[in-house]
Amino acid sequence: MTAQPSLVMFSIFVGITLVVTGWASGQSRTSRGFYTADRRIGGLQNGWAIAGDYVSAATFLGITGLVAFYGFDGFMYSVGWLVAYLAVLFLVAEPLRNTGKYTLADLMSFRLRGRGVRAIAALSTLTITLFYLIAQMVGVGALVNLLLPRFPDVVAITGVGVLMLVYVIFGGMLATTWVQIIKAGLLLVTSLALAVLAVRHFNFSLGTFFSAASSVSSSAGTSNLLEPGLLFHGPIGAWNLISLGLALVLGTAGLPHILMRFFTVPSAKAARTSVAWAMVLVGVFYLATSFMGLGAATLVGKDHIGRRMYAGQAIAYIARHPAQQTALDEQLRKKGYIVPTPDSNLAAPLLASQLGGSFLTAFVAAVAFATILAVVAGLTLTASSAFAHDIWFSLIRGGRGDETEHLFVARAAALTVGGLAIALSIALRGFNVAFLVGLAFAVAASANVPVILLALSWRRFSRLGAIAGMLAGLVSSLALIALSPVVMGDRALFPLENPGIISIPAGLIGAVVGTLLARDRESEAMFDQLQVRATTGLGAEV
Amino acid sequence: MDRGVHPRWESLSAEPEFRALLRSRRRFVVPATIFFIAYYLALPISAGFWPKAMSRPVLGPLTIAYCFALSQFVMAWILLALYLLRARQFDLAAARLRRRETREVLESK
Repeated sequence: MTAQPSLVMFSIFVGITLVVTGWASGQSRTSRGFYTADRRIGGLQNGWAIAGDYVSAATFLGITGLVAFYGFDGFMYSVGWLVAYLAVLFLVAEPLRNTGKYTLADLMSFRLRGRGVRAIAALSTLTITLFYLIAQMVGVGALVNLLLPRFPDVVAITGVGVLMLVYVIFGGMLATTWVQIIKAGLLLVTSLALAVLAVRHFNFSLGTFFSAASSVSSSAGTSNLLEPGLLFHGPIGAWNLISLGLALVLGTAGLPHILMRFFTVPSAKAARTSVAWAMVLVGVFYLATSFMGLGAATLVGKDHIGRRMYAGQAIAYIARHPAQQTALDEQLRKKGYIVPTPDSNLAAPLLASQLGGSFLTAFVAAVAFATILAVVAGLTLTASSAFAHDIWFSLIRGGRGDETEHLFVARAAALTVGGLAIALSIALRGFNVAFLVGLAFAVAASANVPVILLALSWRRFSRLGAIAGMLAGLVSSLALIALSPVVMGDRALFPLENPGIISIPAGLIGAVVGTLLARDRESEAMFDQLQVRATTGLGAEV
Repeated sequence: MDRGVHPRWESLSAEPEFRALLRSRRRFVVPATIFFIAYYLALPISAGFWPKAMSRPVLGPLTIAYCFALSQFVMAWILLALYLLRARQFDLAAARLRRRETREVLESK
């Protein structure tokens, strides 16, 4: 793959987004502008921005690859991630807009006053966003190694980190929103183009397309990608699938960087409209993953999805691996290249190369980088709000401090979080950290979602309950992941890769038991007010 | 609303019109949530425990499992449309309550 065209296209994207950042930096000089773009983002714009914030490169490249290799089982991720928005729509978007100011902790500590709840809510936000951020930025290194093999990964990670900091620090939420909107547009056009081109290859006959997907042959034999069980098999596989499904479908409603987007719109109605647009856009994208993935499986073939080595490089590799010599020699003679090990992440770029040549491949690579940039900018902004607004202002300074200080601390927090993420990602590059995304969803579903729902609907719910619930959800998901096969391999003490099926009930039980232990009159007294605010929008932040 | 206005939260929460709004919201949201979670979880449960049965092709080469997965998109979009339709009434009722409360609080000052 040639590096130059994709670097040029990526530079054009960066150029446009920097102009947007310059414009945005002149629009607002308050912390409210920094965190919420002065709540002037429209519902349609916010819907695009949510789609841009949500669909990461791990989703675009990863899910396409999982569908290409495992068909139906890979597509399960797409289904869960779309259906998850119903929970956001019905349960959190509107109440959150009506009762919160800048952060998720605002919603929780509305009736659960005091330092404890806010501190733990901020800790949970920081845990989720940092894990997610590192997963994305380590992904930059992996992506560079795959798509632009001669480009140094340390430079790429640092470059992406610096750009993300420029957007956030100078442009705040307004610039971040527009970066996400532009990226969502690019990503949607690219995936639709790939999906349509893939079906065109079968003369636009869906019957022929799916027939081809139902008997895909590779060196491992023929498989039907439309059947379940290729990735998750046996009873453990079934429980894994259910546990993953639970975390996917509930986790989105607790992801701080998605929830923060609802503070950028003027009203609860606009919050609802933005979820509606996001569900249309994200849904179309996830449907396209099915066509991209099955297209890659049928048109490129599993045996050819991976890093390709040509000529001298291939010969050197074959010489170093005598065990595979015969098979690889034959590959090289027939195709002119070898694929030493399959890598599903390359399904989308290789499909692009098959369907549209080097131009489309370069475009897909550039879009993948743009995708990461938009997601990490949103995450950094969210982490900085949890640190500056929740920890610094509400806990350390007790709500005192002027606007200049607030804005300065918010920017300094973004710089710290971004710097930390760059350093950690460079240290961890080359490791497979994909499990961190699953971990972020599990923590969000287990620590945040039960507490958000109980705070909004249970009069008796108490501070002790909120703290116990969040800690139980956070600790159980972290501990179970640490004991699971993704960290411990074959010696795992916990058999499932996703802890959701245990940790989500743990978070809920913690919250209920904590509440039943002692009454919290203050929290009960605030319940009526919270309910009126959440339902009518009276007294909502403007 | 005006920042200087402090609504009377407790009395408002006891009002029949507010209780009615709360009830009609719940009457939609609670069953809809139970339905979508059940409909969604039926997919990983059936695909995980009965992969053979779910592999039967029903629509050309498309298996039951794949059709079920695609139907989740339709389900999500239909529930979205139904909610958007119902929410218009919620918006009207909420706006009525907001207007009245703001006026009454201002008058009582």
